[in-house]
Order: sequence, then C-alpha cells, then structure tokens
Amino acid sequence: MNKELTTQFMTINMGPQHPSTHGVIRFIIDTDGEIIHRCDPDIGYLHRSIEKIAEKVTWQGFVPYTDRVDYLCAMNANWAYSMAVEKMIGVEAPRRAEFIRVIVAELNRISSHLIAIGTTAMDMGAFTPFIQLLREREYINDLLEMASGARLTYNYICIGGVMADLPLGWSEKCEEFIHHFDLAMEQMNRLVTYNQIFINRMANLAVVSPQMAQAYNLVGPNLRASGIKRDVRRDAPYSVYPELDFEIPVGKGLEGEVGDCYDRFFVRVEEIRESLRILRQCLKMIPEGEVMAKVKKTIKPPAGHYYVRHETPRGDTGYFIQSDGTTSPYRLKIRSGSFTGMSIIGELAKGTFIADLVAIIGSLDVVAPELDR
Amino acid sequence: METLFLDLGLPHTLSSFLAMTVWAVLLIHFLAIYAGVTSWVERRVAAKMQSRVGPNRVGPQGILQWLADGVKLILKESIDPEGADRFMFYLAPFLMVCGVFATFVVLPWGSFIIPADLNVGILYLISITALVVIGILMAGWASNSKWALLGGMRSAAQIVTYEIPVAMGLLPAIMAAGSLQMGHLMAAQGWAPWEWFAFQNPFAALSFFLFFIGSIAESNRIPFDLPEAESELVAGYFTEYSGFKFAAFSLAEFGNTWVVGAVTAAVFLGGGNLPAFLGESAILSLVVFTAKTLFAVFLLMWIRWTLPRFRIDQMMDFSWKYMLPLAFVAFFGQAIYMMLTYESAMAQQIISHGMFLVFLLVLFKFTGRVMLNVREQLSPVNSPASDLVAPAQPTVETEAQAVTE
Repeated sequence: MNKELTTQFMTINMGPQHPSTHGVIRFIIDTDGEIIHRCDPDIGYLHRSIEKIAEKVTWQGFVPYTDRVDYLCAMNANWAYSMAVEKMIGVEAPRRAEFIRVIVAELNRISSHLIAIGTTAMDMGAFTPFIQLLREREYINDLLEMASGARLTYNYICIGGVMADLPLGWSEKCEEFIHHFDLAMEQMNRLVTYNQIFINRMANLAVVSPQMAQAYNLVGPNLRASGIKRDVRRDAPYSVYPELDFEIPVGKGLEGEVGDCYDRFFVRVEEIRESLRILRQCLKMIPEGEVMAKVKKTIKPPAGHYYVRHETPRGDTGYFIQSDGTTSPYRLKIRSGSFTGMSIIGELAKGTFIADLVAIIGSLDVVAPELDR
Repeated sequence: METLFLDLGLPHTLSSFLAMTVWAVLLIHFLAIYAGVTSWVERRVAAKMQSRVGPNRVGPQGILQWLADGVKLILKESIDPEGADRFMFYLAPFLMVCGVFATFVVLPWGSFIIPADLNVGILYLISITALVVIGILMAGWASNSKWALLGGMRSAAQIVTYEIPVAMGLLPAIMAAGSLQMGHLMAAQGWAPWEWFAFQNPFAALSFFLFFIGSIAESNRIPFDLPEAESELVAGYFTEYSGFKFAAFSLAEFGNTWVVGAVTAAVFLGGGNLPAFLGESAILSLVVFTAKTLFAVFLLMWIRWTLPRFRIDQMMDFSWKYMLPLAFVAFFGQAIYMMLTYESAMAQQIISHGMFLVFLLVLFKFTGRVMLNVREQLSPVNSPASDLVAPAQPTVETEAQAVTE
C-alpha cells in the first residue's frame, strides 16, 4: 500500500471581531499552516444606508451624514458633498472660505494619515508609535474643535462656505502645532519608518504593479504608491489648489519593488509633509473677508446629474448626484477609495503569511465605514 | 537554611525537607506577588512611554491594580470551549507555571543565598524552561481554536529555535568560570563593571547580546511575541482561556521576566558581588542582585514597547542565519581569548577596562539621542501662552449665579 500524506486547508474566519481588521470587516481565509491560499473579503457589516438616507433629507440636511461616511476625514467628505451641491446651484464660496476649507481639510488629511500609519505600525506589533500618533492627532482635533466645535464629526464645511470664521489667534495656534508636529513626525519616522524590523516586514510585500493598480481602480495614496502620479488636486484642480505649491509623492521603491506595502506606507508619510507645506502657505495667503456665500434657505437644484471628484485621504472620492429639481437628491452615489482597496486584498493575499495579510490591510488603509457606507 | 534546622537538633532528612518546604512557600509567594506587581509596573512604564497615565485608581498610584485584577480573574467564570480536550486544556496553564517556577530552584539571591546550588545549575535551568513550550503547545492544541493552534505551533518552532543560541550564549561564561554551578559563575566575576562577564572581552559581550535576545524570544515578548501576536492571532495560544487559568498564563509570563533578569544578572552582570570594603553582607548582596535583575526586567519592557514584531520566517532566519553563527563566533572567540590571555592578567585587565570604556561611550551617545527625543517631544503645542483671544462679550449672569444670589 502506498498512501500519500495529504493535508487539508484550514478555513479560518478572520473577523468581524478581530483586532486588526479595524472596524467590522470579515475575511474568510483558507490556509495551509500559515500560508494563505484564498482570502475572501466579506463586507457589509457597517452598512448604514447613507446613500438611501440622502434621498429622504434636504440638500443641506445631508451634510452631517457625510461626516459619518468616513469619520476619519469628515472635513473632506463635507467638502466633497458641498462642492457638488455648489456646482449644481451655481454658488461660489468666498475666497476666505476656500482657504479655510483647504486648511481644515489638510489638517484632517494629516490626522487621517496618522491613523493609517499608526494602525499599520500597531498591526506590526509596535504599539507605542500608534499611541504617540494618536496624541499628535489629539492636537489636530483640538485645532479643529476650536474652529468647528466638534472633534470628530465636524459638520463645518457647508453649502456656500464654512459654518463660522476661524477664531482669533487660531493661525498662531496652528503654526505652533506645525512646528511641533514637524519634530514629532521626524521622531515617529525614527521609531517606525526607518526601523529595520518594520522595513523587513513591509518591503517587497504585496507588490501592486501600475497595471494592476489601474485594473483594480485603486485611487489616492494606494495608486500613487504604484508609481502613478495621479491626484485630483492636480489633475482636476478645485478650490485654491492651483495657487498652492506642493508635490505629489509617488512610490519609488525605496526598500524593494515599486508598489509594495512599504511604498504605500511611505507615500502617506510624505503626503503628511506635503500637507504641512500646504498649511504653511495657506496660513500666509489667507485673506480677510466673508466666509459664507448667500445661499437660499430652500435649495432646489435644476434637474440633471452631476459628478464631483475630490481628493480625500482615501483618494479620489466621487459624489454622483442625480437631481429631479426637488428639495432632496433623487439619487446619491458615493464612490470610495476603500472599496477598491478592499477588492484587491483577495488577490494580494494569495501565498502570503497570515501576518502579511494584516500588513496588507493596514497598508491599503481600508476604513470600514467608508467601505460599507 | 538546612543548617538552621540542623542546629535545632532535628534529624538530617527532616531538616532538609523542612528547608525545602520553607523555600518553596517563600518562592511561590514571591513569584505570585512579583508577577502581579510587575504587571502593574509594566503597564505604568508602557503608559509613560505612550504619554498615557496607566492604571492609577486602585491604591496609591494604582499599585494595588494587580490585586483587583487577580480577584476579578479568580471570580470570573472559567469557560471551556466546545470540543476542547478538557484534561489538557486544564493542565496547560499549570505546566507553564511549573516550567517557570521550577527555575527558581537554582536562581541565586545575591552571592550568599541560593535555594539549591546544583552542580548542573545552568544546565538544569535551560532544560527545565522547555516545560513552558509543552504547556503552550498543549494550550494551543487543546483549545479547539484555530488561532490558538497557530499560536501554539509558532511557539513550538520559536522556542526550539531560540534555545540553541541561548545555550550557546551561556557557553562562553561557563567556559570562563569552569563550572555550571550558579555560585561559581557568580564568584568568577567581581563587583566592578569591568570585572563583569558582559565586559570581559568582545566575545563575552557578543554572547551577552545573543543570550539576552534569545531570552526575549523564549519569553515570548516583542519583537518575538509571535505566539501571542495580538494583531494577527487575536491572543494566540491563550485565546480561549478565561478566569483563573488565564491568570496562570499571566503569572508564568511575568514570572518569566524575573528568570531572564536573574540569569542575566547572575551570569553576565556580576551577580550580587560586593566590593571588599563592604564585607559579606547577605542583605546588601541581595539588594545589589535585585537591582541588577530589575534593571534587566526594565530593559525587557523597554524593548517590548519600542519595537515592531518579526514575521515567522524572519524570526526563524534571524536565529539560524545570524544568531547561531554569531554564537559559534562567540564560543570559539572566547576559547581563543582564554588561550591567549591565559598567563597575562595584565592583558585581561586592559581588555576588560577597554570594553567598559567602549560601553560608556555607547551609553553616552545613546543618552544624547534619548535627550534629543525628549526635547523634541517637549516642543510647545497648544500652549496656553498662545491661547485664543476671546472676542469681547457682554457679561451674562448665569442661572447658577442667579440662584446662589
């Protein structure tokens, strides 16, 4: 008798309650020991039917809901929606409001990236950098609270401008923060980014080629990490971004191939630097004046459909809005970067270790609420 | 202690039995209290590093937190997972505690107090800690949980891998002392840092590093905490444990830090040796030894809360490709060093003093870096000096004021 030893795949249920799926995402993974053979993302645990709610509320009434689409960058989501409606009703926000929008949105981008790189570091087992980055994020929250009155869901940027002007002395506070944060970020880089153990974990892992990135429709930092220089702030500029001087960081394959997990991580670190540059310029250039354009109490945009692209920390976020000329949208569709990031995980995870899957999820910066909406 | 009972006129067998009992009772209580207090200290240290407060509610500075935790864990329901192998599931945590506790037999308490100064002391210590891996494997296998199983398997691979560099790292010290006995290992060193084995020569320093890194791996702490990797395996091999059995795992884990620290202090950092002018005070020696041990334990904590974690293949590579060859280098280097400097005490003195100077230089550089980090962290942010100027508002009498008036 010649019996061959056969092994079975072990099917493991990773999530919805798992420490590193950040929110409620579930993966069904088939493993051979530690090596993943199939990874099946299962989404929808955080579906709150925000798009359907939009059809029932007024145009202004939907702004607070956009906060909840992606609670890590509520300002950007506010802005994207407001921009879409402004375009529909032909209102232009005052110049000072546009600058305030850029400032708060870039601050929010920084805080969102801090969470992204912090959680990646935490998934790699480095707990301290995560907490230290949360501390820096608290300072950003303080700043945003001074401006808007809220720490997480701001509802600050509204149709026609911003809710309120920045308080007196806010820009000095912000400059103080930028100076502090520059140093703190360098410290964090020494702690994590240039750590050899961390580099070994991230480099050459889950390489996304430019073709693959485009085929899976990756956006934002995930796409740029693959070496494709694409950023809505540059390609389809909005607001005052054309006047500002900033770079679009792309993945250069610093420690391995272009498009690996380390590149995705490092692009976010670089984007934080660019955001600081934008902030510095804006604080110098910001003019005096009104912060709110005249907008009617009851908005009734003309019938038709509109699509607005906006660069959130998760990348090119699109708001497709169909109006039938009434006081609420006929249909609203949000296109999010997390969804495409999620769709590529199954492909990337094949043949990697379980520990790598955690790194891949972290490096793609998948945010559960934005994924399911 | 045996002589104490013999002096009372008790027969030899009875007095040695009594002595062992007293030692066992003392050490069990020490281990339990030490593990508890260390769990609180570790949480406070981690909190300090992370700009948090940490547990500070129970007792002054939260020092009784471990008692509260312990009571809570004992009162908690002990859940058996469905399909678990109950016997092994129950046995595993206690095997781990046994594995850690059994090492205390040979651990010294300063230069003069050793529960049992076995002539195979260090060998016994290396072999008895292998009991821990059996406990972990059993826990992983018996839990009937896939995460626990993965954790258990990782642990088996890891501890088997790192036991070799650890043992090899201890060899140069054993060669230098010419004995496996803990007392002799300590007696071979002096009180001053340049008489410690860690600074005796470059190869001894290398073996010290290898031993320390390997010990971190054997005690399953970051960067080698793969068996319990929180972000990957939920909690690893003890995922399914609750109540008192969970407490037993924590006891073993924190107890292990003392074992690592004590062996480090005894073999590499001069043990409890005192300078001649202080005489032969057992208490003072105990204090010196404990201080060195706790410093090593603090190093463990420091590393744990700083570094990321290895991946399983990198962890294996690190041991087989780098640590093991280096351990051989240390082993043969020590042999050659001993052969060359056998007759020249002068050369030995010069090398060890030089090593200590190099260490001081490294320490100086390192302190500079730490200070830089601290300074940068203290750069002002959100300071009251630049507080927002509130726009002048008419003073409004609040309701509360109105009521009091």
